[in-house]
Formats: sequence, structure tokens, C-alpha cells
Amino acid sequence: MSSPERWTQPQPAGTPAATAARPTSEQVIAGLRATSEGGPELVQLLTPEGERVHHPEFDVDFSDEELRGLYRDMVLVRRADREANALQRQGQLGLWVPLLGQEAAQIGAGRALRPEDMAFPGYREHGVAWCRGISPKDIMGMWRGTDHGSWDPVERRFHLYTIVIGNQCLNATGYAMGQRFEGKVGDDNGEATMVFFGDGATSQGDVHEAFVWASVYDAPLVFFCQNNQWAISEPTERQTRLPLYQRARGYGFPGIRVDGNDVLASLAVSRWALEECRHGNGPVLIEAFTYRMDAHTTSDDATRYRHSDELEAWKLKDPIERVRVHLSRNGIADHDWFDAVQAEADELAAELREHVYNLPDPPTERMFDHVYAEANPVLAAQRDEFLSYMSTFAGGEH
Amino acid sequence: MAATSMAQALNAALRDALSENERVLVFGEDVGQLGGVFRITDGLTAQFGEQRCFDTPLAEAGIVGYAVGLAMGGFLPVVEMQFDAFAYPAFEQIASHVAKIRNRTRGALSIPMVIRVPYAGGIGGVEHHCDSSEVYYVATPGLKVVTPATPADAYTLLRAAIDDPDPVVFMEPKKLYWSKEDTELRYDSEPLGRAAIRRSGKDATLIAYGPSVPVAMQAAKVAAEDGLDLEVVDLRSLVPFDDETVTASVRRTGRCVVVQEAQGFAGFGAEVAARVQERCFHSLSAPVIRVGGFDIPYPPPMLEHSHLPGVDRVLDAVDRLQFSDEPDGRYLTGVRA
Repeated sequence: MSSPERWTQPQPAGTPAATAARPTSEQVIAGLRATSEGGPELVQLLTPEGERVHHPEFDVDFSDEELRGLYRDMVLVRRADREANALQRQGQLGLWVPLLGQEAAQIGAGRALRPEDMAFPGYREHGVAWCRGISPKDIMGMWRGTDHGSWDPVERRFHLYTIVIGNQCLNATGYAMGQRFEGKVGDDNGEATMVFFGDGATSQGDVHEAFVWASVYDAPLVFFCQNNQWAISEPTERQTRLPLYQRARGYGFPGIRVDGNDVLASLAVSRWALEECRHGNGPVLIEAFTYRMDAHTTSDDATRYRHSDELEAWKLKDPIERVRVHLSRNGIADHDWFDAVQAEADELAAELREHVYNLPDPPTERMFDHVYAEANPVLAAQRDEFLSYMSTFAGGEH
Repeated sequence: MAATSMAQALNAALRDALSENERVLVFGEDVGQLGGVFRITDGLTAQFGEQRCFDTPLAEAGIVGYAVGLAMGGFLPVVEMQFDAFAYPAFEQIASHVAKIRNRTRGALSIPMVIRVPYAGGIGGVEHHCDSSEVYYVATPGLKVVTPATPADAYTLLRAAIDDPDPVVFMEPKKLYWSKEDTELRYDSEPLGRAAIRRSGKDATLIAYGPSVPVAMQAAKVAAEDGLDLEVVDLRSLVPFDDETVTASVRRTGRCVVVQEAQGFAGFGAEVAARVQERCFHSLSAPVIRVGGFDIPYPPPMLEHSHLPGVDRVLDAVDRLQFSDEPDGRYLTGVRA
């Protein structure tokens, strides 16, 4: 564990005080810089070529079973993501928010969480949801338009998706402080909270406020920022002139940039950060340097604002492929095992499709429910009047 | 019986809630050592410790967003927005999260909390210190909105708000903080949502809330000297709304003036007037008249006495209630017989 001073001291001499977070289009075209360059402080344990490398601070030994499990998680969530994307294209979902490319960041972070920890997602966290036991099926109602999420966030230890950018960071800070107030922080059995947001959210006042609040109250909170390089059409350079992880220094807590396409590094760094929080040394900022390989949502057209060669460069850093190579090359998994995982993924996709087809339309009267603990007289009268009106039509009430 | 100010009554309500329920937390800007800029939280940190009543960073979105997370963890936050207009940064958290979590989880999770907002004018405050912001909250389903007009109600309503299963925006009329009455503070666990008849009368109903209630009472007193017997209804709870009390009163009197400090256009008084008109049409002898602030940004302090609906403007409206069976001339221009 590192001393807090390390994170609050001025920037070490010789390191640039500020560098543009990403190259300009002109630099990319000229071949001067690549968008996929995470810089010298990027924590990596598995190279894009599948080679296991070691890191002086964040190294973890993974068992073969863990490695296979992480690969399986990523293949399954990617398959579910692609199925959902197709379901939207076929008119079965109103909207889908693709996860493609961010599987390692999310599975790494999600698998670092313990069951009793709490997680606050944005709206693209299908991989984290998977790790929290929220299946892709549970999420479909929201995107088909039958509900707003509906699971119990506290019981499932995973808040509902938050679409308003960055708001959840404050909610997570409050929740984390509750963990501290209840004495659940301070030793190996401590609890912690992790909040997920993106590079675009870092410009939001709520995220800044959350950094302030979490730091002055020592909240056991891991800020997990997936820098996927794009906030819809806006590149990270529109949000910051400093690599995002370095912002943490200004608030007085550690900031670490991890290779978000490396599931091992994402898991190792997340686990370390959660440990710090459990022991009362929070908060911590993790910037998972990754890439949104698909559009922002199914309503977006990414070809209007980014170069296809950027996507091609990132494909070479695919989060799943590097684990597959590592498993194969080291004899940790064989051809049959990979086939079995793929078959399981296809089965999951088929179940998901079936589930979406069979999602019932919500009954009309449901929209009046749960506005208050008990419907107030004004609302109750509105409901009764409307349902009575509907019942005057042929064929009954709806 | 001792004379108690509204500020003292609110302080007592917080103190008693903190004593009775260990999940209650009070926080906001300057509410700790200082006791709040209006001293509503005076002495609470000393009595209950910084774990229960504490200062926060100067960030209103943070205060409410943080309260959401604590409420998810089972705490019962009672937060202070220092002034009406200072609460606007928190509005996103209030409208998008506080008001909606119960509905979004289809009842699986509720996050009861109280957001205290000192509001309205009449104190000579500088810009951004005198807004009547109630209609923003009233127009947000999922919130309850209450506002006391007397020290006794301040105590009871705040206790009820803290005990309520839903999030409550508790609007405190600043200019009444120092108003006193001889009362014993009692909490009878009556749920929110009941208006009070402050004065019975038979000739017309004045409907008011918060800072306008004393104005309506004074107007009724003056009118009585002229032989008019006015009833005064103090709404107390804007959401839930007590149609029953309001409707019964206007059906009885046949005339109605709605008084509010806020801007009149699309203000809460418009909702009240519309509801009265829908429910009491056949009992009304005159159109329902609204008296309120003008549709301007809150004026500089030297002009606020003209902006705020005072006794004279209320009585002028009462005069237009067609007691002589003459139609209100100002609405006749251009109307063909």
C-alpha cells in the first residue's frame, strides 16, 4: 500500500504537467500519434499480443481457472451485447447502448467487487451488471420500453442505470459514506463502493463535486472512469487537456491509468483500489483507457465524426482476443473449451432473444403505481377517471 | 405557555427527530458549528455530534446527490438548502433521482428524505435570496411539498415530513422565521396533506400558503371592520393537495381569492384557481381571482413591497368579487353582449 503523500505531492520533476489527452485528427492522419496510445503510466499485465507482463505495483497471480472465467465472462457479455444490438435493428428494442470494446474494463472491475460491495453504473455497464448477477435479460425492459429498470438496487448491490451523465457519482459518494458511518470500513472485511462513468462525465459538475466530497470525507469509493475516447461525437480533448487519471492529484487522492482492454490489469488495479477503500484509504480514481468500438447508441452514426483507421488500430488491441491467445499459447484452454464457451454464448443469445420476444407490454394502470408510497388523492382520482374512461371503449379497459 | 418563533419550532422539530430516530442525519452548508445562517440547526452538532449534524462542501447538487446515496443505505437525511435560489444546482438530483427512484424501481426502493428550502421574500434580501420556487417542486411528481405558516405547524409539519415515506420538499417562509405564537409544540402524527381553516367566514374564501397566510389573515381582519366575513384557508401542503377542504369552503362562501407571493403566471395559485373553478362552478358568484407577485425576476429590495401581494391588493381583489352583482369591468373590454 502506498502512502497518501505520494498522491498529494506535486508532480515529480521531469513529467509533463499537461499533455493533450489524445492526438488531433491531423496527427493521426500524419501518423505522428495513435489514439490508442495510453502513455508510459498505463498499467498493463497482458499485452495486446497476449503476452503476460509484470508490473511492480499492481501484479496479481491469476489461476488458470480465473483466467478462463474472465475470458468466458467477456465472450458471454459481448455475445449478449451483439444480440441486443441486432434486436434493436430488428425493431425489438427501442434503443441499445453497445458495450463492444469495453468488456475487459467492465469485467475486470466487476469481478474485483465483492458481493457486499456496492456499484453505481452509468448506462453502458452491461458487463458490470453481469458480474453483479443482473443478467442481460433483466436489462431488456428498459431498452424495449416496458420499464425503467425495476430491480432493487440495494438488494442486488447494483444501482439502476443512470442516464443523466455523472449524477451517480454523488449518489455513490453518499452511499459510500453510509458504509463508513455504519462502521463497515477499516479492515480486510470492509465494504467499498465503485461508481462507473465515462470520459464525457468528467466535465460534469456532479463528478467534480463527487471528487471533492469523497476526498474531504475519505469516502470508501472507487471512481471507475472508462475513457472510451468518445462522448458521443466529442473526443476526450474536448473534455480535458490533462490525462484524466491525473486529475485525482488535484483532489488529493490516487489516480491510476489502466489498460482498459486488459482484463487482468483492470481486475488487479480495481482490486487494489477497493482494498484501499475497505481499509479506509479511499477514494481512488481509476481511468480505464479503452475504446468504444461501436457507436454511442443504435441511434448514433460514428462514421460522421471519427476515422475508420482509428477503429482498425483499436481492433488490434481487442480485449478478448489477447486473452484467447494467452490461454491457447499457454495450454490453459483448448479448442474444445473455446467451442463450448462459444456455444454457451450462443445459447445465452437465443435465450435473450426469446425473452425479449416474450416481454409483456405493461398494463396501462401500472404507470400510476409507485409515484408515492400511497397514491395521493389527486393522482388516485386521475387514475380512476382515466381507467374508467378507457373502459368505455369496446373490448374492455385497454 | 411560552411564545415560540418559527425558527425555534423548526429547531425543536429537528432536535426531537434526531433524538427519536438514530437514522436521521442533518447536513448542509454552515449547519454545524454556526447553526445555519438562520440558526435553524443551532446547537444540534453540539448535542448530537458531527456524525449526526454536519457541514458539507459548498455544493448543493452534492448535498442532495449525497443524500440520495445515504438514503439508499437506510439513513434519513434532512438537508438544508441555504436559500431558495441556491437550491437550483440541486434541482437535477431532486427531479431526476429523489423524485423518481421509487417509481423507477417499481416500489422496491424508497428514499425518504427532507429537503429544507428557506424561500420567498419580504426580508430585504439581495438577489437570489427571495425566490418563490415552490412551483418547480410542485410540478415534479414523486415529491411532496409542504410549507408552514405558523410555529406550531412548522414543528408538526417538519416532524411529519421526516416521518413521511416519500421525499418532502419543506419550504420555510423566511420572513416568518421570527414570527411568534404562544403554543405548545405537539406532534400528533397527522399525515401530510391537510389544509387548515385559519379563520371561518361566510362571504368569501381566501386561499393562501406559507408567507401569504398572515397577509390573508390581516386582510380578513380589515375586511371584518367593513362588515365582510372572510374565511382563510392555509393550504400547508401543496402536494398532496387537499381538494376536500378547499372545495367545501368555496362551495360554502361562493367566492374565492387565491393569494401567493410567487409569480402569478402558471404559478401554484393557477392550479388552485383551476381546481376550485372545476369543482365549485355552480356555487361561484364571481370568477376566482388570483393575487400574487408579478411576472418579473424578484425585484431589488426597495421595490419588493410593491411586488409582494399585501393586504391592500388582497382587499382590492375581494372588492372585485361582484358582491354588488356588477361584473368585473377589467375583463369586459371587447366582449360583445
